[in-house]
Amino acid sequence: MSTILEERKDQIHLSGQGAIDIACNRESLAGAVSQRACVFCGSRVVLYPIADALHLVHGPIGCAVYTWDIRGALSSGPELHRLSFSTDLQETDVIFGGEKKLEAALDELIDRHSPKAAFVYSTCIVGIIGDDVEAVCRKMSEKKGIPVLPVQSEGFKGSKREGYLAACKAMFRLIGGGDTSDVSPVSVNIFGDFNLAGEIWIVREYFRKMGVQVVANVTGDGRVRDIARCHGAALNLVQCSGATLDLARMMEDKYDIPYERVSYLGIEDMADSLYKVADFFKDRDPGIVERTQALVREELEALMPELARMRRDLEGRKVAMYVGGSFKAFSLVKAFRHLGMQVVLVGSQTGTKEDYAELEQITDPGTVIIDDANPLELSHFIKEKDVDVFVGGVKERPIAFKLGVGFCDHNHERKEALEGFEGMLNFAREIHRSVMSPVWQFVPRRANRAGRNRKEAVNE
Amino acid sequence: MALLKHTPTEVMERKSLVINPAKTCQPIGAMYASFGIHGCLPHSHGSQGCCAYHRSTLTRHYKEPISASTSSFTEGASVFGGHANLLQAMNNIFSVYEPEVIAVHTTCLSETIGDDLNQIRDKAEKTGKLPEGKTFIGAPTPSYVGSHVTGFSNMVKAMAMLAEPSGKKNGKVNIIPGWVEPCDMGEIKRLAAMVGVDITLFPDTDGVLNAPLTGEYKMFPDGGVTVKELKRCGDAVGTLALGEWCSADAARWLDSKCKVPCTVLDMPFGLAATDRFIDVLRTVAGVSVPDAVAFERGQLVDMISDMHQYLYGKRVAIWGDPDQLISMCEFLVSLDMQPVYVVTGTPGKKFEKRIREICEGQPFEVKVKAKGDMFEMHQWIKNEPVDLLIGNTYGKYMARDEDIPLLRWGFPILDRQGHQYFPTVGYKGGLRLLEKILGLLLDRKDRDDPETQFELVL
Repeated sequence: MSTILEERKDQIHLSGQGAIDIACNRESLAGAVSQRACVFCGSRVVLYPIADALHLVHGPIGCAVYTWDIRGALSSGPELHRLSFSTDLQETDVIFGGEKKLEAALDELIDRHSPKAAFVYSTCIVGIIGDDVEAVCRKMSEKKGIPVLPVQSEGFKGSKREGYLAACKAMFRLIGGGDTSDVSPVSVNIFGDFNLAGEIWIVREYFRKMGVQVVANVTGDGRVRDIARCHGAALNLVQCSGATLDLARMMEDKYDIPYERVSYLGIEDMADSLYKVADFFKDRDPGIVERTQALVREELEALMPELARMRRDLEGRKVAMYVGGSFKAFSLVKAFRHLGMQVVLVGSQTGTKEDYAELEQITDPGTVIIDDANPLELSHFIKEKDVDVFVGGVKERPIAFKLGVGFCDHNHERKEALEGFEGMLNFAREIHRSVMSPVWQFVPRRANRAGRNRKEAVNE
Repeated sequence: MALLKHTPTEVMERKSLVINPAKTCQPIGAMYASFGIHGCLPHSHGSQGCCAYHRSTLTRHYKEPISASTSSFTEGASVFGGHANLLQAMNNIFSVYEPEVIAVHTTCLSETIGDDLNQIRDKAEKTGKLPEGKTFIGAPTPSYVGSHVTGFSNMVKAMAMLAEPSGKKNGKVNIIPGWVEPCDMGEIKRLAAMVGVDITLFPDTDGVLNAPLTGEYKMFPDGGVTVKELKRCGDAVGTLALGEWCSADAARWLDSKCKVPCTVLDMPFGLAATDRFIDVLRTVAGVSVPDAVAFERGQLVDMISDMHQYLYGKRVAIWGDPDQLISMCEFLVSLDMQPVYVVTGTPGKKFEKRIREICEGQPFEVKVKAKGDMFEMHQWIKNEPVDLLIGNTYGKYMARDEDIPLLRWGFPILDRQGHQYFPTVGYKGGLRLLEKILGLLLDRKDRDDPETQFELVL
């Protein structure tokens, strides 16, 4: 097919057709209409939900504007993270350096807003002009008595993945300073949940019912004080492929805290995650397994009849998904199985070789597995596979709609909590709402298909 | 609970930082303008993030697929220059996406390392990376100079520079509409046709970023000015540039290089600015104002007269881009409303002067700021409130915290629909603005009036 660049052929694989050897984690081809972003973007989305910290973007105005409250990461208290702070570098700063400006900005902002910590994000231009952000941060930290942390997120130094690492490094410097005296031996940190639509509150409630203390949210509805003492927790729970895994590994090395990879999306993964935690603590708290079973049972009793109702309409419908981290894709593939739906395409921006191998394992033969896709490729496969609903992010939504295909935002712009058991119900409802929308009857391409299906049914 | 509880009332002088910006950076303006060329793929010469951000923002505003490519800078490119990346990009772009045109804009990164688009284009032409019959246009758009408006203007100028004057005038008039919505561009074309002026409009995003759902994904929708038309804009009898900030550079370039005389007008928002626009159009056409146009004007005046008592003395805080704000403030003053706070993030002393002139002699004192931000505007509002906010979606925090109605107008609008379909330029656009303003003010009145004063008929 002509819509696939020759150089990209090894980034696309058909499930079940020979050993998977997908090329990934490579730089996007120059000239591709890639859906990928930059290092700064990665750091910014991970750190910005820390609501009582100051987030200062050191660079020209755009980097601050495009990341201004874009993710709907909710806070139960402070809202400082929803403001947009920029040093707004000008031509003279590019020539003479922006350190003085940065220092003055920090000086003013820390005095006015009394944040618990400050993150200073380096952008492309800062990397080029060579501002010593580290030194300015050190100086301001001493002067103001709060942690002022540089985030080395110069955009050109890679993709979002490197940005996650930079964010983790910055957070790691916070950890260890806080008081852990009242941390329970049965305690966890929640890593890689950003509290979109209030999701972390759902998960925290499960842990509360199980009798597990949550020390820190990293980073949804996050607080500096919690992160500073999160080395007191017994276990780190890591969700989201790339974003916080590095931090968990650093903590394992330094503080000897083990981590478990979890997912709160879908029924099995949510339940498995809770059972993993129960299993981990069963020696310290013998009743925990029973409490967890009761919790899961109660939730499922409420959920399953509702799901069954929706499954009647959704059975056999086809899904394509293009997500950021492929770990999310694992959960979604399983979740769609509960709805009787068939996943025909799975793509990811930042998947690794191991991720794709696992996807090949859990998907049906013939499923397209694709790394770093562009709109033409997505459009081609949506039509070829006759997809009913597309799961993706902001840039894919209008493409799906133009093709007359339903859509579910499983990314920054989700408006409903999709995690946990109640999240699975919200998810099913959202999919149902979009797949079953009467609007698709008015789309020429789909309308023809509906006619064809009717004819086939008559012939049978 | 207040979303902006971290905003103190006390206003202090700030030099080193911007909080809650009322502008963004050049490249996104260049990208938006590029969509006004038929068959054009915008290309961002910088890191991947820039391109992704602009695409996301434009997608959120237009609810349309926004495709653009990027040079995908890496550390290597930022040390050795991005020539190789752009040349390779062109290879891929023309073999896969097959646009007629690529419109390349730079970024802070590629500008700082000194990449020169003209040099790269020459090389592309010499080495065959730019296929026969395809067009490359390039605009320098350093993010640390000016604002998104500057970037838009720079790309529009790059379009004008495609002009290849034949030496023979073709009787057409160039209209450069500035940064307005696709439907506004459509409305300008409609008005010109009504007056009987044969125009070339550029950029023209009408039909590109307000395209219908057809069941097919078209990377290059039907609309947009063609390269052929752009090449002929040097043969026009004149250029009308709407907006000093957005459009004048391109018009002046055509004036000095191609001897196409230009007139720079305000954007035709509201009654008086539309009057001036129509007057120039009819002068060019050598006709008096057609009845159909006069009819639309009369309808606008009619609605103002019907409802003027509800507009009187209403205090407005407004933010956005200079060209739009100038016409809008003039409109508000003509409605007997009071644009008391006016902020743009875009630099330009001329802007403050124009706004002061518009508000001179009025029964209120205007606070106006170029290079301002919304944090400061909010502080002003906290000190002395207003009845109405007019600006982009970023005003919704203030609207909620201070309980003030918000008219969404400008860029970006991330949470409402209609701006791409219903024009606000021209007399019809004036009607729509008025309808919206009245709706907000009267909804508020109905909500807030005590029961004893609640009226059925307004």
